[in-house]
Amino acid sequence: MDKKIALELKGITKVFGKITANNNVDLDVYKGEILALLGENGSGKTTLMNMISGIYYPDSGQIFVDGEEVIISSPKDSFKYKIGMIHQHFKLVDVFSAAENIILGINDGKKYSIAETNARVLEITERYGFNIDPKKKIYEMSVSEKQTVEIIKVLYRGADILILDEPTAVLTPQETEKLFAVLRRMRDDGKAIIIITHKMHEVLSLTDRVAVLRKGEHIATVNTKETTVSELTEMMVGKKISLNIERSEPKNSCDRLVVSNLNCVSHEGVKILDNVSFTARSGEILGIAGIAGSGQRELLEAIAGLQHIDSGKILYHNPKNDEVVDLRDKTPLQIRDLGVRLSFVPEDRLGMGLVGDMDITDNMMLRSYRKGHSIFLDRKAPKNLAQEIIKSLEIVTPGTSTPVRRLSGGNIQKVLVGREIAAAPSVLMAAYPVRGLDINSSYTIYNLLTAQKERGVAVIFVGEDLDVLIELCDRILVIGSGKVTGIVDGRNAVKEEIGVLMTKTTSIDEENGGVAI
Amino acid sequence: MIGFLIGAIRLGATFLLGSTGEIITQKSGNLNLGIPGVMCIGAAFGCFSESVYVTSLNGGEINPFLAVFIPIMCAFIASALAGLLFSFMTVTLRANQNVTGLALTTFGVGLTNYVISQVKSTSTFSVASKYFTTLIPFKYTENTQWLKLFLSYGPTVYLAIIIALVSAFLLKKTRIGLHLRSVGENPATADAMGINVTAYRYGATCIGCGIAGLGGLFFIMDSLYGYWEYAIEAMGWLAVALVIFAVWRPNVSIIGSFIFGALYIAPNHIKGVTFVQTGLLKMLPYVVTIVVLIITSIRNKKENYPPAGLGLNYYREER
Amino acid sequence: MNKTEKIKREPLFHIVNRGRDAIPWWKGMLIRAAAIVFALAVCAVIMVILTKENPIEIYKTMFDGAFGTERRKWKLLQEIAVLLCISLAVTPAFKMQFWNIGAEGQALVGGLATAACMFYIGGKVPQGMLIIIMVAASIVAGAIWALIPAVFKAVWNTNETLFTLMMNYIAIQLVDVFVNIWAKNGSAVLSPMSEYGLPIIGDKKYLLNVIIVAALTVGMYIYLKYSKQGYEISVVGQSEKTAKYIGISVKKVIIRTMLVSGAVCGIAGLILVGGTNHNINTNTVGGNGFTAIMVSWLAKFNPIFMILTAFMIVFLDLGASHVTAMFRISSDICDIMIGIILFFIIGCEFFINYKLKFRSFGKGGEAK
Repeated sequence: MDKKIALELKGITKVFGKITANNNVDLDVYKGEILALLGENGSGKTTLMNMISGIYYPDSGQIFVDGEEVIISSPKDSFKYKIGMIHQHFKLVDVFSAAENIILGINDGKKYSIAETNARVLEITERYGFNIDPKKKIYEMSVSEKQTVEIIKVLYRGADILILDEPTAVLTPQETEKLFAVLRRMRDDGKAIIIITHKMHEVLSLTDRVAVLRKGEHIATVNTKETTVSELTEMMVGKKISLNIERSEPKNSCDRLVVSNLNCVSHEGVKILDNVSFTARSGEILGIAGIAGSGQRELLEAIAGLQHIDSGKILYHNPKNDEVVDLRDKTPLQIRDLGVRLSFVPEDRLGMGLVGDMDITDNMMLRSYRKGHSIFLDRKAPKNLAQEIIKSLEIVTPGTSTPVRRLSGGNIQKVLVGREIAAAPSVLMAAYPVRGLDINSSYTIYNLLTAQKERGVAVIFVGEDLDVLIELCDRILVIGSGKVTGIVDGRNAVKEEIGVLMTKTTSIDEENGGVAI
Repeated sequence: MIGFLIGAIRLGATFLLGSTGEIITQKSGNLNLGIPGVMCIGAAFGCFSESVYVTSLNGGEINPFLAVFIPIMCAFIASALAGLLFSFMTVTLRANQNVTGLALTTFGVGLTNYVISQVKSTSTFSVASKYFTTLIPFKYTENTQWLKLFLSYGPTVYLAIIIALVSAFLLKKTRIGLHLRSVGENPATADAMGINVTAYRYGATCIGCGIAGLGGLFFIMDSLYGYWEYAIEAMGWLAVALVIFAVWRPNVSIIGSFIFGALYIAPNHIKGVTFVQTGLLKMLPYVVTIVVLIITSIRNKKENYPPAGLGLNYYREER
Repeated sequence: MNKTEKIKREPLFHIVNRGRDAIPWWKGMLIRAAAIVFALAVCAVIMVILTKENPIEIYKTMFDGAFGTERRKWKLLQEIAVLLCISLAVTPAFKMQFWNIGAEGQALVGGLATAACMFYIGGKVPQGMLIIIMVAASIVAGAIWALIPAVFKAVWNTNETLFTLMMNYIAIQLVDVFVNIWAKNGSAVLSPMSEYGLPIIGDKKYLLNVIIVAALTVGMYIYLKYSKQGYEISVVGQSEKTAKYIGISVKKVIIRTMLVSGAVCGIAGLILVGGTNHNINTNTVGGNGFTAIMVSWLAKFNPIFMILTAFMIVFLDLGASHVTAMFRISSDICDIMIGIILFFIIGCEFFINYKLKFRSFGKGGEAK
């Protein structure tokens, strides 16, 4: 069958500040085809798709729709060329019905009629096998229903090219299967579909071709039938790069935090943590690898007392008196009162770890201000601490009374990590501590974590760069879709092996009957 | 009894217009606490234009249509300009809505008192008032007394009800209404769907204020027969309460306005009611409003929530 | 084509949040000062049109109205004391991002409680005892009035702006009811109960009020800046997520802070009823509860700056009313002028927080 090209990109380049998000990318997708766009976090997939949907404008390069060059400078333009994008974050009005959301913003000059819209929505749902009530309100819907509304919204506007940004990240396996059935039907209907995903089995079972991006560059596009998981993984993660991070041997390691059979279910009823078990030991760095949003944040927050746990245990072995306490269902304050020295560097630095409008001294106090019986604050100790940290971590700031919001990303992170380390923790958890930092700041953070490990702290490090994880960590726990898909030794880990584990959706328990390291 | 109900409905028209205007404004996400000031402005400029018109005739014959039309237009335009000021401060300059609204009320009340103090002869109000209170000529017989309940009003009451019904229809059943509600509920989504958030907020606030301003004018011209009284501000706060009472629906507001009107005038109609009971009756609308507010927040029914974006200024993050 | 299309789409200017490069505080002050000067100029123009007098003459008269005589100076201090007291009261709530616009009602019930003490037990217990009861009653009454919306906000997230607004009018009606109960033979006006008021220091009628509020100002400044509770308020107001992360109970802080807010409002009521009027009516607080919101907001929730903003508003009010009396123009012009000045100051915040970036070509001046 002779297929026609629906959309073609030639030499697309987009630069944000110093970072090149996309470098000279070529891509094409045919009518009646599902194309997977595969790549690690930060490989430039979403940026590329945002240029097709009119959110960004490329610095250079050309876009062709049906063989003609087009300029897409706003979402409206992309609608005009029948391109529709389904974002990860839904853009829906909660109190509106599905139909009301679907026609929102359409001004086609036709008479406004919800009844007619309902009928047309039903027509679309029947054609592609969706299952949705157009009169149902968004706030009564599950995540998958909301996603369905987003897809219908795009179809209602007559889109022929659909882009889905990680559509299965929030879905249960059953819902995923349903979605794929719909996507296949749309493909048979002649639509061109681009799906951004990390999950290898989805790529293999759903798509016709796979385009791989790595660090903003287009590596290759291959036919799905002619490729293998290992080939794709290698293209995705690339060759191992040596970083020369110093790693010492763990000394006197003993169990510090034992997590067993942890389960968490989100408000929407999706399992975010599925039977997670692992042990963090003193004097070693436990790395956590996984595609972003696989449950890493929830795991750390569950340990810190910020996430509701449905079942499971988090046992803390106190090094001082060898007592064992369960941290489950405790508030952060209760955990502290139990004498658990837990430090946590959250992913959201300014929204959670620090208060942006407060100065460095006041941010130092966040953890310690309750000390003492006085009703007044003691700013002396935090101020000294601030000065100490500024000096030892070489934080660039006019002084201790500068609001942290005004510091650069790297310096903000040093303030946060410095404070958490100053509490002399026995467990230190850090989520993406080097995200957005330059090389020098990143190495400062690695060295800090290593120094903590040498002090006998159990360090848990959630990272995204596999090279870093392999060189920094003693052991690496791999999470996929909220399950532990593997635990590997950092000293002889292979990048591709971790890459494969990250894209799996079955846990080690399910595969070999519950033997964890 | 019929007299009491008629009085309640007449006064209700003021609340109805005030709350309908504020509902339209709030549906766009603007919480305009300047509405009492705006109602004062509407009344002041409406009455002022009336006195200018009547005085300019030098005792000549008053054209009934102009005597009604001129003040209505002036009240609407002056109030809408007050809404424009509010929108400029909150939408364009992104100022805090509560603070701006309260400043607008201070300003509006001051401006009103000043404008009225400049009127040469306030007796022109009551002269013109009779055109606002002209009733439908209808011969009541013994059996048709009940028709009085529906027919004994000047044009203002019918106009208020029509405006409320049209607003309810526009909000619920038209594309403009859908877009307006989306702007108030989730401006980021509305923006992403290509709806001009700024234009809708400006438009809704100006039109809403214009309608509320009519409420102030009708209070003077109809309920008080053209006798000027500085009670409009209090009416304005009741209108704001009525918005919550009516859970942001102009059609519910019609019933609510009659209830509020009845509670307000009840002391004058019930014999032997003491001062204390009067005070308690006047308290009732606010108490009921709070109860409604609490119930809607406890009952998890999102349709009855305030618009999700209410009181929050929106701007697209610039990169 | 590509190029022209891009140019066409770029707007004349766009607005940038200053964010990380916030302007230094003195520049912010300069902008605010400029706004006030502008506003005064606009007001001067209005005054000149109405009075046809020399504007300098008018401003002289304003100063005279505020500071002209000993009595006027005390009046100025007293008005500042009351306005400042209520502004202090709303500040902790605002700092927590809780929009308590119910200060009018909270102060009024505080005053009502004071009046009730004077009416029912005045003369029956020793004066010293009465004063202690009055202070306690006013604080408790104000705190309860603030507690009600706070509990609903904390537990059910009920909209606090609308709730506290409604509570004002209930308070006003409540005062109306009690005045009618207490007033002799249906006059609906309460005669002053001066003999049961707060003590007068020397012969200065308002001195005690001023001292109380001065102490409260310092106290509130210290509370917000140096106490642990004040610190918690800041954290909750800035980011609830951070508050949870460090284990602060947001509900507890909301309720506790509103209790403080209401209690200080109660003291304002005590000052008004016990220390000034010795009676009560529905207009005793006289809109100060609303003006206080602006005073607090304009001072960026800093109690020391609030002395300035409260002074400014009271000065304008007293000065302008003196002008209107001297030049025989309607006294309502004061409210208009205050409104205009408020709009200018509220509006100027925009230029402090945002920057206008003009399109790089063509004409376009620098933003203010």
